[in-house]
Amino acid sequence: MSQFQQNVELIQSEVVAAGIVRLTLNAPDIAAAAVPGQFVMVQTAPGLDPLLRRPFSIHQVSSEGLLQILFKVVGRGTERLAQCRAGEQLSLLGPLGNGFVLGESCNACLVGGGMGIAPMLFLASRFLQQSHSGVTPRVILGARNGEELVPLMGDFLDLGIEVLAATDDGSFGHHGLVTDVLKTLNLTSQSTVYSCGPKPMMGAIHHLCQKENIPCQVSVETVMACGMGACLGCAVPLKAGGYAHACSDGPVFEAGELLWSL
Amino acid sequence: MEPVNVKMNEVDLRVSIGSLELQNPVMTASGTFGYAREFESYVHLQRLGAVVVKGISLEPRAGNPPPRIFETACGMLNAIGLENVGVDRFISEKMPYLCALGVPVIVNILGDSVEEYRQLAERLAGAPGVAAIEVNISCPNVKKGGVAFGTDPQMAAAVTRAVKQGCQVPVIVKLSPNVTDVTLVARAVEEAGADAVSLINTLIGMAIDLKSRRPRLANIIGGLSGPAIKPVALRMVFQVAQAVSIPIIGIGGIATAEDAMEFMLAGACAVQVGTASFVNPKASEDVLDGIATYVREQKLESVRDLIGALRIG
Repeated sequence: MSQFQQNVELIQSEVVAAGIVRLTLNAPDIAAAAVPGQFVMVQTAPGLDPLLRRPFSIHQVSSEGLLQILFKVVGRGTERLAQCRAGEQLSLLGPLGNGFVLGESCNACLVGGGMGIAPMLFLASRFLQQSHSGVTPRVILGARNGEELVPLMGDFLDLGIEVLAATDDGSFGHHGLVTDVLKTLNLTSQSTVYSCGPKPMMGAIHHLCQKENIPCQVSVETVMACGMGACLGCAVPLKAGGYAHACSDGPVFEAGELLWSL
Repeated sequence: MEPVNVKMNEVDLRVSIGSLELQNPVMTASGTFGYAREFESYVHLQRLGAVVVKGISLEPRAGNPPPRIFETACGMLNAIGLENVGVDRFISEKMPYLCALGVPVIVNILGDSVEEYRQLAERLAGAPGVAAIEVNISCPNVKKGGVAFGTDPQMAAAVTRAVKQGCQVPVIVKLSPNVTDVTLVARAVEEAGADAVSLINTLIGMAIDLKSRRPRLANIIGGLSGPAIKPVALRMVFQVAQAVSIPIIGIGGIATAEDAMEFMLAGACAVQVGTASFVNPKASEDVLDGIATYVREQKLESVRDLIGALRIG
């Protein structure tokens, strides 16, 4: 397992929608070692405040060594990152954690909600690279509204993948939840669902999959200080009792391993 | 990982903590460095003065529910709840790797009762490769209504005596800063036979989310660490250095070599790098390189020249 602590150059910063930013970084070592579902810890400021790095799922990597992260501005750390400009150096740790397990099943369904869309692009493109049968994974993306969702769909469409959409306000795609769309796909126990997004969304997907006996992997998001199994701050309650750690045991888990109703 | 590029053989960085000889004064702080293996991609572990591992209890502990951490100004609050694998799994699963590192391994221990500390010391005394024991006395004494051992000089002394009786290796008592006069506890553990003291543990703090009107930590209160606590730690090391004659290990917000050497001037023989390792995994090694560079540039005979060399008046 290769992990790196590196200062990397910010190549491009784009505001893809109001408050949603995508950074493209030149990080060849981390990009080459990364698998979908893994994350990087990014230092948002050179000083002592904000002190801790912030975790971000890897959104996309290129064979030229570029790595993208996608985030919503939610606090001081992401605010500072959103202000970074091309040419600046950022300190990255990664790739961290355990990614998605890409099964043999051609019948993969990827469900991303909100910023949980970020790792799904990397996962979709890796599926296409590994697919021998020519079957593309199905993708369902959800967001609050079309304004947030549409700009994020382009990269999926560029891969030649059909994207099903759901928005909370009905301004684009299905008016409602991603689970409504998921139900219409008639998935079976031969399928696998890969999901990342808000906890209620993943919980609903888990319950649906459990009922239909469909394997389901989820990528969880928690606060964390170190990202490498040292601080033990990123505890995730387990169904069997006790806790796992999002950074070192996850962030991807079999949905059935986790405790969903607290 | 970059190759080592600082010339170490030109400078004398050796320090001793009682009978424990260290190649340099830089250790990792318990609870911030896992069981060392987590950092092998980032740190040349064999270069460290010593590795202090995550606190160990007699039985495994699951820890507290989340949220367990919250970032504060120049620091962080944590209420991990002393999650650890328990002493048996520690010895069978973690010690073999640690022993092979070739640096002293200091095992941090914690318990609910004096008897539990004694048993832990006995279990570890029989395990090969334990260079010293660091005793976390900031835990609640269940038999005394949950008052922390470290806040009462008599209880702190009782724990120290029990651990000393249980093992032959040097015993370092890690002092709590959540007391009115830290020197009272320091003197009590010195008299009880402690070979050294390390300080400070975290400062108890709290954070509240105005929007939800809820505490930020599930445990409500937690321990504050990071650069924010350095001035408090430095003051307490200085005070304890005036009060005891056993070696002192300085801890609290150390992120750079300058921070570390300030603790040595205040009276510390060695230091521990804690929360800084979360942000910069190789912080401990950076601190070591910075100290080596300073000692060489200042043409000091030894890093020991810094210990207690604070100029006053």
